[in-house]
Amino acid sequence: MVEKIINNFSITIATVNGSGSQTANVTLLRALFKMGIPVSGKNIFPSNIQGLTTWYTIRLSKDGFIARRDEQEVIVTLNPASFAQDLASVLPGGAFFYADDIKQPITRKDISVYPMPVKALARSADVSPSLQDYIANMVYVGVLANILGIDLKEIEQALDFHFKGKAQAVESNLKTIRAGSEWADQNLKKSDPFFVQSMQATKGFILADGNTAAALGAIYGGIQFEAWYPITPASSLAESLNIFLPQLRKTSDGKQTYAVLQAEDELAAIGMAIGAGWGGLRSMTSTSGPGISLMAEYTGLAYFAEVPVVIWDVQRIGPSTGMPTRTAQGDLSEVYSLSHGDKQHVILLPGTIKECFEFGWKAFDLAEHLQTPVFVLSDLDLGMNQWMSRPFEYPDTPLDRAKVLWEADLEKLNGIWGRYKDADGDGIPFRTVPGNKHPASAWFGRGAGHDENARYTEDAGTWEKNMLRLKKKYETARTLVPKPLIKTVKGAHIGIIVYGSSTPAVEEARGLLQKEEGILTNFMRLRSLPFSREVQNFTKKNDHIYIVEANRDGQLRQIMSAAIPEQAPKLRSACHSDGLPLTAKWVKESILAQEKKE
Amino acid sequence: MTAPVSLQTNKVGLVKNDYRGLPSTLCSGCGHNSIANQIITACFELDIVPEKVMKFSGIGCSSKSPAYFLNRSFGFNGLHGRMSSLATGALFADKSLLAIGISGDGDTASIGMGGFKHMIRRNAPIVYIVENNGVYGLTKGQFSATAEVGLNLKHQGTNHYMPVDICMEALASNATFVARSFAGDAKQVKELLKAAFSHRGVAVLDIISPCVTFNNQDNAIHSYSWGKDHEAPLHEISFVPALDEIELVGEFPEGAVREVAMHDGSTVILKKLEKDYDPTHRANAFKMLEEAQLNDWLVTGLFYIDEKKPVLIDNYNLVDKPLNRLDAIDLRPAPNTIEAINAMMF
Repeated sequence: MVEKIINNFSITIATVNGSGSQTANVTLLRALFKMGIPVSGKNIFPSNIQGLTTWYTIRLSKDGFIARRDEQEVIVTLNPASFAQDLASVLPGGAFFYADDIKQPITRKDISVYPMPVKALARSADVSPSLQDYIANMVYVGVLANILGIDLKEIEQALDFHFKGKAQAVESNLKTIRAGSEWADQNLKKSDPFFVQSMQATKGFILADGNTAAALGAIYGGIQFEAWYPITPASSLAESLNIFLPQLRKTSDGKQTYAVLQAEDELAAIGMAIGAGWGGLRSMTSTSGPGISLMAEYTGLAYFAEVPVVIWDVQRIGPSTGMPTRTAQGDLSEVYSLSHGDKQHVILLPGTIKECFEFGWKAFDLAEHLQTPVFVLSDLDLGMNQWMSRPFEYPDTPLDRAKVLWEADLEKLNGIWGRYKDADGDGIPFRTVPGNKHPASAWFGRGAGHDENARYTEDAGTWEKNMLRLKKKYETARTLVPKPLIKTVKGAHIGIIVYGSSTPAVEEARGLLQKEEGILTNFMRLRSLPFSREVQNFTKKNDHIYIVEANRDGQLRQIMSAAIPEQAPKLRSACHSDGLPLTAKWVKESILAQEKKE
Repeated sequence: MTAPVSLQTNKVGLVKNDYRGLPSTLCSGCGHNSIANQIITACFELDIVPEKVMKFSGIGCSSKSPAYFLNRSFGFNGLHGRMSSLATGALFADKSLLAIGISGDGDTASIGMGGFKHMIRRNAPIVYIVENNGVYGLTKGQFSATAEVGLNLKHQGTNHYMPVDICMEALASNATFVARSFAGDAKQVKELLKAAFSHRGVAVLDIISPCVTFNNQDNAIHSYSWGKDHEAPLHEISFVPALDEIELVGEFPEGAVREVAMHDGSTVILKKLEKDYDPTHRANAFKMLEEAQLNDWLVTGLFYIDEKKPVLIDNYNLVDKPLNRLDAIDLRPAPNTIEAINAMMF
């Protein structure tokens, strides 16, 4: 008898896109989470409404690792198109479940094979014919529950959550799940070693996606205006605002303290957001790479005219259309210096779901404090997949509206102030916003050369002085942005720097490097640009550093090399981008290969 | 003895000087300067508080002109062709403010056409003026999309392409106020501006404004002499503010006058000239514009008005207080909500 493998394997489900399998897959994920087993779910889906293959991988990890794995122990397929590929992908000793109406040869003898009467059981379900295709997915939920040992009670809870307590929907799905489970009990004999068992490792965690977290964070940050244009994988961020704003931000008499507007394109979305930011609103837009490209010109205006605005970039792989439903960390270079002329932007890099929430509100404080665009770089993996996370925490600092002068303030100043004057020596000027009734409040915003009083000028010295002040403001930003998280290990001489969704792969890889290769590593998770002093210190303290990121060119390494040139020879890239989240195995091997070269 | 005009105060206690801007840097004789002057006069006469106005523009000669009026109003000179989105966002900041946008034919009818039409489609409450001269001035005399077929310009040759009719585009996008005027007809410009300021919704004013440097040939449509010879006003227009009594009885023969009631109680009076024209029917406007194009007429006046359509902001049920004056307590949900939110996750 093969040794049991408990709570430490991956399940991949291959279905036809648009067949409604998402409900079944997320139900499985949630049921496992409720059983206390650390899980992560990665949806690898096509840019298509209906017909192409979707793969959903659930990783169960008793040790709490949530990075993507390439290895697939259990595969379920309902899709004739991917059947042969799926069958070939199962690890030796693994398990293969398939819909028995797919009549294709089973060419493997080294795995357990389970046919499932998906169509037959769906037909016997007590639902309308139009729903039979959807409910068919519940058959594999039932079969898996039986063969792997997933608790039906937890599945019921997951369904109850999904259908928001609608008893009829829960019951009809559950009926099919039970039918699948009972059929498996009577007709299948378990021959694989994979089992799930309840544990206590998800207590104190929630399951959520980054786009929902970002929207909620923005709401707690006092968002007042969002303009957006639909784009994968960012759309669900704005849609989450539409869901949660009415619940959280209406007055007692039902009035709105916010507005969300779907623009005609990203050119307009950013224009509206900047107009609202100039008007004194906490203003935001959310998009992905192609939208960022269109927003370049307006971003330059906001930088130069000093208008606060928050821009979420939920990255997908590019260039160009790229693979719209696949992830990457490929927009960092573009965003860092978006638009023409001299400038660098403030960028926040959330690495967890909780941090998507936190940076959701913090971004407004920074944007208003610094009077500049603040970018938040998430990605498809972080934004659209379900992740285990510590619960969201209520903001620990009050809203920072910073240097806004109202009527009373101007009265005290006798109306004497300068919109672009560095009154406090931090490079950040004061501003007023429309509606201010003081006769000295108005100023004329523009992207053209201006003096301290916002008057048009083409004077060379005035231009340069203003640009140097903006540079000084960026130095102030360096002291305000979230600091990196650093873990140092006694005896380690090399470091790893990572950011965003690549973090779990690095965390796991560090363990592998230590356990399998005896290599100790220091660790830094970068959380923002510009680089704070801690970043430079970290590079100084290590002999050399691997910068791990999901792009082709090692964009962070390029930026760091330019920003900290004296440390550049120490910086090495471990970068890779094929549209899928990085795996620990790849990170380990990439670092190992470079270590061995020495 | 009457006091000098500059010392006359209006109902909000301001003199005309309080509505002025910086000295213009546009060419002497530019139609845009004349429009800026009419904006100053209209705002003064309408007793508008300058601090209650926001000015917007794109890029081009026209877009420079918001600096030349209403110095005490907030202004934002945005990107080429992108003023419509900038203004749309800013309108949410304080819904009690009036917005005026100055654009040009290049800014609106070429690079900014998409945004222009979408701003109109949303009925954003803004007076949107196109200072239309058929030419790119700041880049020194290239054709714009409103240049007529056959126009010859130095260094450019002959224009072969059909012009964009700004009013036609505005109508097609369901604009709620569409008018055309000629910068040389100062009185009409002023009366139309006053009506536009009282309109609730988007008011598109296409003002033919000759470029004295690059496009003022006597036979060209966007020129002073052609305009003066060919202007065919639909009606004589006068604007009567809400509180002024209107005494029309006996003044005009029956059917010669058409009154349009504005939402704020003011009235636009259209006195019939050659033929009766009803600006409350969109089909009339299309037909008239089509005729004007076929016959080479520079028809001016109020082409279309609809005072009943909801404006952009109406769709949002916003709090009464301006959004940009809300306090932190209005903007951040209470601490006790966070637990419920976490419970809504799984």
